[in-house]
Amino acid sequence: MSRNPLVREVSPTSWFFRHPRYLRYMSREITSIFVGAYCVLLVVAVQRLAAGREAWEGFLLALQGPASIAFHLLALVAAVYHAATWFNATQKAMPLQIGEEFLPGNVISGAHYVAWAVLSGGVLFLAGVI
Amino acid sequence: MPPAQPGTVSAADAAPHGGAVASPGRPGGSKERTVQLEVLRYNPDTDTEASFQRYAVVCPEEGVVLDALNEVKASVDPTLNYRWSCHMAVCGSCGMMINGEPKLACHAFLRDYAGVIRVEPLAHFPIERDLVTAPDDFMEKLKRVKPYLIPKESKPIDAGEYKQTPAQLMKFRQYSMCINCMLCYAACPEYGLTPRFIGPAALTLAHRYNQDSRDGGRKQRQEVAATHEGVWECTFVGACSEVCPAHVDPASALQQMKIASSVDWIVEHLIPGGNGS
Ligand code: SF4
Ligand code: FES
Repeated sequence: MSRNPLVREVSPTSWFFRHPRYLRYMSREITSIFVGAYCVLLVVAVQRLAAGREAWEGFLLALQGPASIAFHLLALVAAVYHAATWFNATQKAMPLQIGEEFLPGNVISGAHYVAWAVLSGGVLFLAGVI
Repeated sequence: MPPAQPGTVSAADAAPHGGAVASPGRPGGSKERTVQLEVLRYNPDTDTEASFQRYAVVCPEEGVVLDALNEVKASVDPTLNYRWSCHMAVCGSCGMMINGEPKLACHAFLRDYAGVIRVEPLAHFPIERDLVTAPDDFMEKLKRVKPYLIPKESKPIDAGEYKQTPAQLMKFRQYSMCINCMLCYAACPEYGLTPRFIGPAALTLAHRYNQDSRDGGRKQRQEVAATHEGVWECTFVGACSEVCPAHVDPASALQQMKIASSVDWIVEHLIPGGNGS
């Protein structure tokens, strides 16, 4: 029998439209852009702080603008989605075997949520918010 | 083989499309229904591209897509090609795309599908003929990860068996359940985009042996697994685990391998006295 296999190319630019699970994956990847942008903002904040009181106050003022508030809201949503999907995935990356049994996955993910809440509380406490 | 052509070919005794009719001949008077299939066809001898062909056949409602294909082959079109063997989700040979989802045709219940069912060969593999794909690449990759026990130290047969506790067995048991159906490869966009990726099932099998208390071959497997075409090509889309019919969870195996490989790197490069110093 002659062989003449038909090779089908995968489109590098539109493959993620093929299935909703790929769109979910891409939406998570896109949240990284906001997380990254927020990190840049933090670096700029430190730089402004080092540049003196005037620079710092100007920076704080700029943060109060509507564009900045919109960005912060978007970044918050993206960071929460990114973190939650990551915590849900941790049970796959680090299953814990105890004897012959495995710790239920939601205990592992749950522990991450608890750690998240405790650390966030600590940060808010240090910031004087609570 | 007749060229693939549009239009519906149906069994002579087909019931009205979409209708359900009682089958007095079947035990319990189970229902039958007309199943409409849209099957991607490709003849390597005459075609330069694949095209869809419609079929309509009457099948028991409790049947699976494989039953419908068998009915097409038996009563409508004997030229239709596809692979199957066990009809019980064990042999792994009947993998195909059913309505865009990688599925075992013997495990895709007709009752879960309304309307025309679109059946295509497994994505990301070359089409050999109709629904038959060429698994050569997967087979090659399987070999590369050395999916067999490489004993830590070999001992003579009369020294007895290599013993294992139930807990040691549980460490890898799940990863040994793979039936080599390749659904995970059809689901994995990384494999589709970067075919050199060793891919979910082969890497998971490497993990299965790495986790085995009797095995000492991890270092050899890492030469393939801990590379850019190995686990580091995986971006954790997780589709492999969603489609795996044997609940192997390749995504879990690959993430564990990434963590273990990272630990290797840290030990080697950052810890004084590690292997690399
Ligand atoms: S890991 Fe699952 S989906 Fe992949 S080949 Fe094995 S059984 Fe099939
Ligand atoms: S025929 Fe064996 S898995 Fe479907």
